[in-house]
Amino acid sequence: MTIELRNVVLPLAHFTLAVDVQMPARTTGIFGPSGAGKTSLLELIAGLRTPKAGRVVIDGRDVTDLPPRDRRIGYVPQDDALFPHLSVKQNVLYGAHNADDAVLDVLEIRHLLPRGVNQLSGGERKRVALARALLSHPDVLLLDEPLAGVDVELRNRVLQYLVRIRDEFPIPMLYVSHDIEEVRAICEAVVRIERGRAGVG
Amino acid sequence: MSAGEAGILFLTLRTAALATIVILAPGLAIAWLLARRRWRGKSIVETLVALPLVMPPVATGLILLELFGRRGPLGFLKIAFSWRAVVVAMAVMSFPLLVRAARVAFEEVNPRFEQIARTLGAGEWRVFATITLPLARRGIVSGALLAFARALGEFGATILVAGNIPGRTSTLSLSIYNLVQLGRDGDAFRLLGWSVALAFAAVWIAEVVVRRKSA
Repeated sequence: MTIELRNVVLPLAHFTLAVDVQMPARTTGIFGPSGAGKTSLLELIAGLRTPKAGRVVIDGRDVTDLPPRDRRIGYVPQDDALFPHLSVKQNVLYGAHNADDAVLDVLEIRHLLPRGVNQLSGGERKRVALARALLSHPDVLLLDEPLAGVDVELRNRVLQYLVRIRDEFPIPMLYVSHDIEEVRAICEAVVRIERGRAGVG
Repeated sequence: MSAGEAGILFLTLRTAALATIVILAPGLAIAWLLARRRWRGKSIVETLVALPLVMPPVATGLILLELFGRRGPLGFLKIAFSWRAVVVAMAVMSFPLLVRAARVAFEEVNPRFEQIARTLGAGEWRVFATITLPLARRGIVSGALLAFARALGEFGATILVAGNIPGRTSTLSLSIYNLVQLGRDGDAFRLLGWSVALAFAAVWIAEVVVRRKSA
């Protein structure tokens, strides 16, 4: 299982993202400063952006021309984007056929299911967003700065949940962050990205 | 309230409600297309939809009469000068209000939620039904109420395409006009009272729906 971006070109506001890179390990961090194009990279893989040139390949499957719903990716955006009008249960089951007990247990969100989304704390929101993505049974988990906006005390706890996901489920993870410590704590390999250029390092 | 007044009120409420129901599906479809898609001829459709807001209602009524009159291309429907023509006139005149409100409501839905729904495997119809529509519902309800209120007061287009037939097509506003013409000002004022009450209720509810914070 791997993700490849083959000579992908995507013009952005201040520079052009041009990458030719293959995810080197099951858990790969994408590390770089703010505004380097990390989120755009994830959106390319998720199908929320269309490259001007190049191919996006997930596990040997060329998904470049597939809409997001057919890509089998679990995308957790930085702003978690929980559906505000739905309950936690409706959120986590949105892309799922059934509530996988293991996911609910590992993330410890079973007791949150009847709640409304706006009754959740920051850390709870992250866990619900992770569960929602995992329960859609994706081929790969795309995490965009999962610890951004989480206060220092909560960081370590959310980090522990991420480590548990990594260890309990065999799913590949692409982990975007501007914090190298965070990436090292979670990922086996790192792809560095700066002003739209990426390299394994 | 006299039997005649009750009849007028019932006719007006029934036709205005029907007109609002009739425009709901096409209005939401066009509003969504205007809010979420880019297509050729969009600005033309945008302008056409807004026309009844700015054209003299009588002119709109004349167009409808040409369309639905006995010799018109839609004359075979035989709806001119019937309560159905009242519904058509109300529908056309209220349509822009619904479309504008619904368009704004759709535009205010963060596309992020729709994108995430797609990554979770939802098709376009499911995204619309479970994400876009519920998140836009307040603006849509408020727009539908405004359209209903506009329909209640419709006069110019109605009088041309539906006529002013007491007991059949004379709505609240047409009846007020008739009574004033006949010098029955007292009766006219009573209908005026109903008219104000209905308009007030519709607009007030629309405001409350928009301002209400989500639970």
